[in-house]
Amino acid sequence: MFITNTEEIAGKKISVCHGVVSGSTVRAKHAGRDIMAGLKNIMGGELTAYTELLTESRDQAIQRMEDQAQQMGANAIVNVRFSTSSVTAGASEIYVYGTAVTVE
Amino acid sequence: MVELLIFLVLISVGYFFGQRSEAKHFRSIRARELELMGLITHNGKHPLGVDQLGTVTESRLVYGSVVISVDYFKGVVAGLRMLVGGNLGTYETLVDRARREAVLRLKESCTDAAQIINLRIETSAISKGNQNQVGSVEVLAYATAIYTQ
Repeated sequence: MFITNTEEIAGKKISVCHGVVSGSTVRAKHAGRDIMAGLKNIMGGELTAYTELLTESRDQAIQRMEDQAQQMGANAIVNVRFSTSSVTAGASEIYVYGTAVTVE
Repeated sequence: MVELLIFLVLISVGYFFGQRSEAKHFRSIRARELELMGLITHNGKHPLGVDQLGTVTESRLVYGSVVISVDYFKGVVAGLRMLVGGNLGTYETLVDRARREAVLRLKESCTDAAQIINLRIETSAISKGNQNQVGSVEVLAYATAIYTQ
């Protein structure tokens, strides 16, 4: 499966367009990690726990989008866009969407 | 009295650790930026210099992300600054650090690529519970890495 965020794939020709596919996840970290992040908020710096959390959920969202594209019989997804929104405190939603296509 | 003491401890801890870690982070960012400067990265949709590039064998989505939080001192300074308005310098360095770090992580994930095109950077604030202020920012950088023969 080719995934890009450009409108076309360099060196390949798009033959069929299957439509928009998307994947999303909402995740929260367990309380212990949240407390650690709270402490880190005093000292500043990177919140590794949150970086990991968001990376994991982004991978999962991409996986869901890929599954959807596969069901449609596509072999590539172009023009992928990410968006993040916080649903409630401590949880965030990752949404990823793109266009499923068949390339030759 | 006790509250004031706690406040002073928090602010000094924030100041010392925050400044130190920020200086350290900026040093590491600059060093890595120099190292990865050869990897062409741009936000155009098409690869640059197509005739010299050769045939594209693979193109794939790459991304890098980071969550960085302000320290207590910066939060207080920004809070005071908001009374009079103007540049919130403490937050400016925060988002600057986060963006550059995210782009660096993206580049580090595909150092063998010929070019990185269509770079997009997205910033979002992660809410931190009851206080409704910016505690930390998340930056996501994503792009398409192009590989040639």
